[in-house]
Amino acid sequence: MILLSNLSWRFLTVWRRNLIVYRKIWKVNFLVPLLEPAFYILAFGLGFQGLIEGLRYAGQPLAYTRFMAPALVAISIMYNSFFETTYASFVRMYYQKTFDGMMTTPLSLEEIILAEIVWSATKATAAALLMTLVLGLFGFVLFPQGLLIVPLAFLGGLAFGAVGMFFTGFTPSIDMFNLPIFLFITPMFLFSGTFFPMAGLPLWAQHAAYFFPLYHLVELTRFCCLGLVETSPLASLAYLVCFALFFLVLGLMAMRRRLIK
Amino acid sequence: MDTTVADNTEYILRVENLGKRFNGLVAVDSISFAVRAGECFGLLGPNGAGKTSTIRMMYGFSPPGSGTIRILGLDVASQWRQIRSRIGVCQQDNTLDPDLTVFQNLLIFAGYFRIPRNLASERAEELLHFFALEKKREAKVGELSGGLARRLTLARALINDPELIILDEPTTGLDPQSRHLLWDRLHALRARGKTFILTTHYMEEAAQLCDRLVIMDHGRILVEGTPASLIEEHVGRSLIEIGGLEQGALRRFLRERQVDYDELADKLIIYSNGDTAIEQAIHEGFSSRQCTFRAATLEDVFLRLTGRELRE
Repeated sequence: MILLSNLSWRFLTVWRRNLIVYRKIWKVNFLVPLLEPAFYILAFGLGFQGLIEGLRYAGQPLAYTRFMAPALVAISIMYNSFFETTYASFVRMYYQKTFDGMMTTPLSLEEIILAEIVWSATKATAAALLMTLVLGLFGFVLFPQGLLIVPLAFLGGLAFGAVGMFFTGFTPSIDMFNLPIFLFITPMFLFSGTFFPMAGLPLWAQHAAYFFPLYHLVELTRFCCLGLVETSPLASLAYLVCFALFFLVLGLMAMRRRLIK
Repeated sequence: MDTTVADNTEYILRVENLGKRFNGLVAVDSISFAVRAGECFGLLGPNGAGKTSTIRMMYGFSPPGSGTIRILGLDVASQWRQIRSRIGVCQQDNTLDPDLTVFQNLLIFAGYFRIPRNLASERAEELLHFFALEKKREAKVGELSGGLARRLTLARALINDPELIILDEPTTGLDPQSRHLLWDRLHALRARGKTFILTTHYMEEAAQLCDRLVIMDHGRILVEGTPASLIEEHVGRSLIEIGGLEQGALRRFLRERQVDYDELADKLIIYSNGDTAIEQAIHEGFSSRQCTFRAATLEDVFLRLTGRELRE
């Protein structure tokens, strides 16, 4: 059971706490999203592109690096938010007992958990924006529509942050996060139209990918960066909104069950 | 034991028929007590007696299984947010934020109460001074010793200038210097009219700090009273400890004179209650090298009521 009456804007005070901690090592936090796309583009562009010819996406021929670059942003959104509400939130909840301390103040558990999820989306948005700017320098992003990545990253961050929090709600020990990562995150990373177009796969595999939130996020980042899309962007957007809301509720419920005894 | 409380008095906290079960096991079994403004009230009991469960229900962390808790006239179940903004809680575990400095711990915690920034940093400075933490201002929490960390925890619990302060084992694991400094600070806060609820395993601490206390065991309140009255009532003013196993004659003597005593594995504890004639007789007739005449303490009450066997 979650109580809506327990939710207020007070959650922003917890969000702010995470921002202050993040700012302390902002140089390290910025380094990864700045360098990661450069590494990938170099590796795939120089080392891989020559092997791949005739790639077509949404009916158009496309250079492999141009196809792959927007997916890097989507993957980074997923990793940043999912890892924040799994490993990082688990450390705060279990090892540092930060939530226990907060629960002696006028904060509700619902506000603390909501703040963690919104924070994970914020972190994902910062990373996505930096990556988009770097990819823009390489010429892989159309501006200004590429800046739509910012609200999109926030939505995607909410979706993956919420599902991460749901796992945190019942994962007994921090090592057990290997399981959702291996069974949920890694298959999505590989089979969401990230590194090859889904059109080349058998029909059943294409249909299965529709259930992956990352598939929809990749479609939308590609739409923002290239103006190309295979499926309906509105349908993808709707799917992500529903996914985020569904797991937000489930995540709050799981954490309440876990912590309130 | 009379636990009913008249409605017209200025009670800061009233617990009535409070109960809690975990997975079918009774942790707190219908307890009632009340704390007046300005009082220091102790919750004593062995591990697993239900002290921490009771405290967690008080600040609205865990919902009461049955019964009610009213703090400052407000109901914990429905008005927990208002209550928490007016109380301070010092938890048993270290819940300081290790990602932040000492000063940030106070400031950001103040943020959770929505205390305006200026006021928050003013109070944070005062509290650093009050707990002699100024030199550690920019230190990371992980670098603090146990005593410093506990002082900071207490400072943090005071950031909202609370009317009631709940302390769950505030001095467990501290060295004597740190413990005395903390007691000293608590006395200073009491002089400012703060109300305290305190759990502790140290009977000396309870006797020193508490105006009134309850001793709990198995989720129930066994006795309630002032430290002095509990000692008087349950063990008397003085007692004698006599070591050695062959005490048949002494035991016959005590039964004849109807003097209370407890038999332990290797000694007798005789509750002589200041009766100098008895003490004289025992001293002359039965004492050996392992014989101690001493004043009774709260620890004697505690052990007598909750038993001497290990709990865990």
